[in-house]
Amino acid sequence: MEKWSLMTITVLLGLIVRWMVSFGSYSGAGKPPMYGDYEAQRHWQEVTYNLPIKQWYFNTSDNNLQYWGLDYPPLTAYHSLLCAYVAKLINPDWIALHTSRGYESQPHKLFMRATVLIADLLVYIPAVILYCCYLKETSTKKKIASALCILLYPGLILIDYGHFHLGFALWGVLSLSYDWDLLGSLAFCLAINYKQMELYHSLPFFCYLLGKCFQKGLTGKGLVLLIKIAFTVVASFAICWLPFCTEVEQILQVLRRLFPIDRGLFEDKVANIWCSLNVLIKIKNVMSPQTQLKLSFAFTFLTLLPACIKLTLQPSLRGFKFAMISCALSFFLFSFQVHEKSILLVSIPVCLMLNEIPLMSTWFLLVSTFSLLPLLLKDGLLLAYVVTTLAFLTVCETSFSIFEKTSEEDLQLKSFSLSIRGYIPSFKAFPKIIKSLFIVSVTLMGILTLMSATLTPPQKLPDLFPVSVSVVSCLHFLFFLMYFNAVVLWDSRNGRNQKKIH
Amino acid sequence: MAAAGGSGGCWFLALALGVSLLKCLLIPTYHSTDFEVHRNWLAITHNLPVSEWYYEATSEWTLDYPPFFAWFEYALSHVAKYFDQEMLVIQNLNYSSHATVFFQRLSVIFTDILFVYAARECCRCVNGKRPGKELLEKPMFVLAVLLLWNFGLLIVDHIHFQYNGFLFGLMLLSVARLFQKRHLEGALLFAVLLHFKHIYIYVAPAYCVYLLRSYCFTANKADGSLKWSSFSFLRITLLGLIVCLVSALSLGPFAVLGQLPQVISRLFPFKRGLCHAYWAPNFWALYNAVDKTLAVVGIKYKFLDPEKIPKASMTGGLVQEFQHTVLPSVTPLATLICTFISILPSVFCLWFKPQGPRGFLQCLILCALSSFMFGWHVHEKAILLAILPLSLLSVESPKHAGIYLILTTTGHFSLFPLLFTPPGKV
Repeated sequence: MEKWSLMTITVLLGLIVRWMVSFGSYSGAGKPPMYGDYEAQRHWQEVTYNLPIKQWYFNTSDNNLQYWGLDYPPLTAYHSLLCAYVAKLINPDWIALHTSRGYESQPHKLFMRATVLIADLLVYIPAVILYCCYLKETSTKKKIASALCILLYPGLILIDYGHFHLGFALWGVLSLSYDWDLLGSLAFCLAINYKQMELYHSLPFFCYLLGKCFQKGLTGKGLVLLIKIAFTVVASFAICWLPFCTEVEQILQVLRRLFPIDRGLFEDKVANIWCSLNVLIKIKNVMSPQTQLKLSFAFTFLTLLPACIKLTLQPSLRGFKFAMISCALSFFLFSFQVHEKSILLVSIPVCLMLNEIPLMSTWFLLVSTFSLLPLLLKDGLLLAYVVTTLAFLTVCETSFSIFEKTSEEDLQLKSFSLSIRGYIPSFKAFPKIIKSLFIVSVTLMGILTLMSATLTPPQKLPDLFPVSVSVVSCLHFLFFLMYFNAVVLWDSRNGRNQKKIH
Repeated sequence: MAAAGGSGGCWFLALALGVSLLKCLLIPTYHSTDFEVHRNWLAITHNLPVSEWYYEATSEWTLDYPPFFAWFEYALSHVAKYFDQEMLVIQNLNYSSHATVFFQRLSVIFTDILFVYAARECCRCVNGKRPGKELLEKPMFVLAVLLLWNFGLLIVDHIHFQYNGFLFGLMLLSVARLFQKRHLEGALLFAVLLHFKHIYIYVAPAYCVYLLRSYCFTANKADGSLKWSSFSFLRITLLGLIVCLVSALSLGPFAVLGQLPQVISRLFPFKRGLCHAYWAPNFWALYNAVDKTLAVVGIKYKFLDPEKIPKASMTGGLVQEFQHTVLPSVTPLATLICTFISILPSVFCLWFKPQGPRGFLQCLILCALSSFMFGWHVHEKAILLAILPLSLLSVESPKHAGIYLILTTTGHFSLFPLLFTPPGKV
């Protein structure tokens, strides 16, 4: 069967699943006074359409920042403005200033879902398809299978608030894999200007491009490339922030909204080190906010430095992708004010690795969806969660036969295990250990899901289930952090001997 | 997408699991009045004794399926009580709590297992001329996709809400058995099916003629024509026995109670009118349209007297009897005669030139289409009766595939009025 017809079917399938999931509930449905993220998106349309740009990020009588104030960079605001123009054509009531708060109706739900779907269709899905189609050294079947698995990743389907930033980041990776460095930088800058969390990916991009410049020689072509990239970055930032560049106060206010340092180390229950440690030691009581900040910065940079340094010294596309994963994961685990949804920033690079390390990628993606469980339960998405997770597992197993690919070579850990074998003899039973660990892990997640959905927690520990979900996920993430770092760092020994795989 | 060859039924399982998960996602969508119909039947069969099943009329949705389906609802009601007792109270009209919706939708998804099994059996009967090496080119795979992921069935069963899945499963299973030369099983399955939902009587002529011609007459003459001496009394007796037994099991209790006329009147409600609430796209729809056009033209050009024209509107979405204005009114008998005439060619072919199971299948499809075209009070869902069997033929020959494409597109398009809400339509 032709590649493009199969690809079309895959895309249609992805779209159908997304549309069907949207039949269910949405975040904050019917929950006054604050509602949820859905209302936040609607509110931003209201604010950006009715108020002048100068007032978007400021606390005024018309714009109460406590009620879902804008806290994403300007591109999000421009996108909301565009949606607001469309909304105005259909039904002005949806974005009327002040009076449209908490507006909920079927046509409006349809409109919001449509904007999300169109956003995905324009940016994210083409990036995925192009990425899969141009994977080197893979059969057509594997390409289609990768595309299908990526499009069916539950996390992205269930958290459906328009993934422009992930789409742009993916375009960045795609461009870099073709040596179109300027386009890649531009795409990534747009991604950062869409959501500031993309900064998690900034170090790998920076180190990779810097490494490339070094390789080309800092006195010749390298310098030219460096200047060109720097110019692209500055220009893209300037264009996005143009309306705000009139006063310093404007820029500062936006930055204050984007990086709420005074909010503290963590909020809610996140699968984060700090939140998990909080179970044992009440960190907020032990340390002052300044110390907390410094500690989190220290740990974050300590854990991501090895991969980044290696990337700068030996820039390769493979190292770049792995560095994206480990950097984003380090940030997620150790940074401050991390939101649960930020796990998606780690999941997308992992999706790109699906055809190389199917078992570990599938495992990670399952855990990442599981870590979102408290949020999904709150939004009434339990059924969608169960169905999409099962579907994802089925598709991955059918496409990649993950249960058979558990050897060291399949996990890209050949050189690592050779070094370790001297110290730990039992490492020989590696495939079996991994397989059993995987099954135990999935079973544990299944049981916890069941318990969270059906049982009520005891009176003394009302947050028992969200906390257990967070702690379990956190432990898994630590394991994965070590794994991905191991793959990158030990890869260097055989770097020249191995054939160049994307 | 699985590794070629060795995985065997793995891809089939993946397809079946995939579509079942998709059906689960459809649980919270819009459901039609048919949902309330089935809830009502759960309540009736659970609470009342058998003698009152076909007399109960608290709700407007009275029991109008044959007894086997009533017993099926009775069995379901025993599971239903663990989900929500309130749905089994007859007086709770339009009761649709979350547990009720969940249970009913889940029961449809669960009973579709029979359809999955039947699809598997059909896949085994099918073999194309060029066995492709690629999994995606194998006729088996294509047929599995066409049957399991049939969107018409998805719309009707899992959004609009009905139990067609396992019924079509029974039909496809009986067809598969006839392909596998297990004629008695095929006949038994069809007889049982008739007593689950009598709409399948549309295709009964095909079964009767085929079984008579190709099963009761055990051999043909050299030129393929009928060999009267090869008639097997044993076989026809067995067939007759099967039919009688099944009918006795189904209608027996009601015959004993003397309720047969009531049951028949419930099963065949001729008072419901020529066309269903939403017109099935059949011949009578065209007939009505022509009639209406002529009426409008007639009034405009003063051929007709406006006072003499009845006010009943045919497009009002209501179920009622009424008269045509210009063209002669159509009676149930007229539709029967039209249907009978239209199936004659295919039935004659089946009798005089039997081509084995494939000929039977073609005749079945034609019977279904003819009845759809000319029948009395036809639902647009009945087009599925023609589409699903045609899937079996379409994977084997390009000519049939072409016809299939046209039929499915138009057929599924005609099902759209069943979806009320805009999200569903997308």
